[in-house]
Amino acid sequence: MSGYLSDIVTGGKSLVTGLAITAREFFRPVVTEQYPWEVPTMTPLFRGHIELIGNEETGEPNCVVCGMCQRACPSVCISLDGKKNESGKGKVLTRYILDFTKCSLCGSCVESCNFNALRFSRDYNLASFDKNDFTMDLMKRLEEQNRCKR
Amino acid sequence: MTVPVHLRHDETFVLNLGPQHPATHGVLRVKLTMDGEYIVKAEPVLGYIHRMHEKMAENGTFAQFMPNTARMDYLHALAFNHGWALVVEKAAGIEVPERAEYIRVITVELNRIASHLLWWAAFLLDLGGFTPLLYAFDDREKIIDLLERVTGSRLTYCYLRFGGVYNDIDDEFVAGTRDFIKRLRGRMPRLYHDLVTHNIILIKRIKDIGFVTAEQCRRYGATGPVARGSGIDYDIRKNEPYSVYPEFDFDVPVFTEGDSMARYMVRMHEMEQSMRIIEQALDKLPGGPVMGKAPKVLKPEAGYYYSAVETARGSLGHRLVCNGDKNPYKLKLRSPTFSNLSLFGEVAEGMLLADALAFMGSLDLVIPEIDR
Repeated sequence: MSGYLSDIVTGGKSLVTGLAITAREFFRPVVTEQYPWEVPTMTPLFRGHIELIGNEETGEPNCVVCGMCQRACPSVCISLDGKKNESGKGKVLTRYILDFTKCSLCGSCVESCNFNALRFSRDYNLASFDKNDFTMDLMKRLEEQNRCKR
Repeated sequence: MTVPVHLRHDETFVLNLGPQHPATHGVLRVKLTMDGEYIVKAEPVLGYIHRMHEKMAENGTFAQFMPNTARMDYLHALAFNHGWALVVEKAAGIEVPERAEYIRVITVELNRIASHLLWWAAFLLDLGGFTPLLYAFDDREKIIDLLERVTGSRLTYCYLRFGGVYNDIDDEFVAGTRDFIKRLRGRMPRLYHDLVTHNIILIKRIKDIGFVTAEQCRRYGATGPVARGSGIDYDIRKNEPYSVYPEFDFDVPVFTEGDSMARYMVRMHEMEQSMRIIEQALDKLPGGPVMGKAPKVLKPEAGYYYSAVETARGSLGHRLVCNGDKNPYKLKLRSPTFSNLSLFGEVAEGMLLADALAFMGSLDLVIPEIDR
C-alpha cells in the first residue's frame, strides 16, 4: 500500500515537473527554419556535386585531361575525354560527364586535382523523377555559367 | 462474428518483429516464439542490408574505402573514419601531425555526443515519449552545424585522411564548440535529467529490466556502454590508448547494475566526459599543419595489421591483411553492435514483449553496421 501511495506522489511530481518544463520551453523563441521560405546559410565548404572551373579570362576549362579525378573516384562516376591541343602542347577537354547517381560526395576528385579545375557546386535542391537528370554534362554547365557571367 | 482464440498453456506462436519495424531502427528481423505476451525464444535474423563493404575494400585503393566507412555507422561516422585511418597509417607507417590528432579527437568526440543524443531521442521514442526527441535534436543540430563547417557534410562524413584531416578548424569553430558545451551543460540537468531521467514512467519502464551480466558480455564480446553498464571497466580509449587520448583527463563511467537503466546512465555520463575531453583538447590545441607527409599511392608492406577504436557503441576493430599491393588483400571488421545484438536472444528469453523492445532500444543498434 505504501508503495502504491509513494508511486502516486512521485508520479504526480514527475507530471508537474514535465508540465513546468514544457510550459517554460513553450515561450522560448522558435528554432525551426521554415525551409522553402527560409534558406539556410551555407558553409563555404559545402559539398554539392562537382563542377568545372573555367579560366578567368577565356572561360575555357582549366582541365588538362590528366584523368586523376577519374582514377581517384571510388564509384566510377566520372568519364572524360580530351583531344590534342591544336595550338601548342597538352590536351583540351572535350567531354566531362558526371554520373551523380553513384557519387557519394567524398571529394577525392577535387582533392586529387592539381590544376585547380574542379570544385564543389552550391546546388542542393536536386530532385527529379528521372534518373537521366543526374547524368550531368559539366562542359555544358560551364558554358552556361560563362554565358551568365557575360 | 469474431471467434476468440484460445491458446493452450503449452502452445506457442511465432511473431515476426521486423524486418520493417519502427523499434528496430532499420531492417532487422527478430523471430520471436511467444507464449502469450512472454518471449520463449528470440532469434535475430540478419543480412537484409548486407552490402559487402569488406569485399569493396579489396576492390579499391586504401583511400577509396574511406567514404564507405562513414556509411556503416552513420551515427558515429567519424570514429569509423578514425579506425580505418589508424590501421592504414599503422600499415604504411604514416606520421600524423599533433594538431591533426587533436582535431581528430575533438570532432570524433563531438560526433559521439551527437550519436548519444540521437540514441537518447530514439530510445525515448520507442518508449512512447515524443517531446524529448525535439529537445535532443535541437542540441544535435548545433553539433551537426559545427561539423558541417569543418567537414563539408552533415552525416556521412569523409573527413579524415591518411596522415591528417581534410581541413583545418578555425576560430569560429572553436568558439562555436565552446558555446555548444556551455549550452548543453546548461540544458542537461533540466531538459534531460529532470524531464526524463527522474521521470517515473521511464524508471518503471527500464529499471530492473533487461539484465545483462558481466559474464554474458564477455561470452558474447559485448563492448561499449553495454559492457560498462554491466560493471566491466573497459574502454579502448583508456585500456589500449590510441591517438592523443592519454593526454586527456577523463573518467570511464561504469555502472554495475546491468539493467537498461545502467546502460542509459552510462551514455548520459559519457556525454559529459566527451565534453570534458573536447574542452581540454581545445585548451591545448597546438598549431602547425593538419596534414602530414603521405604518399599519394599507398603500398604498405605485406603483413597483418590490427587496430581498434572506441565508437559510441563499443570497440571497432579493423583487421587488415596487405600483400604489398595498392589494394588491401583482406579486411575484416569487428563491429560493436554485432556482438551487442548477439546477446539479445539469451537475455530476451522470458521477457514481456514490451520490455524486450525497451531492452533492444537500450542496446543502441545501428543496423547498417551489423550488416556491413
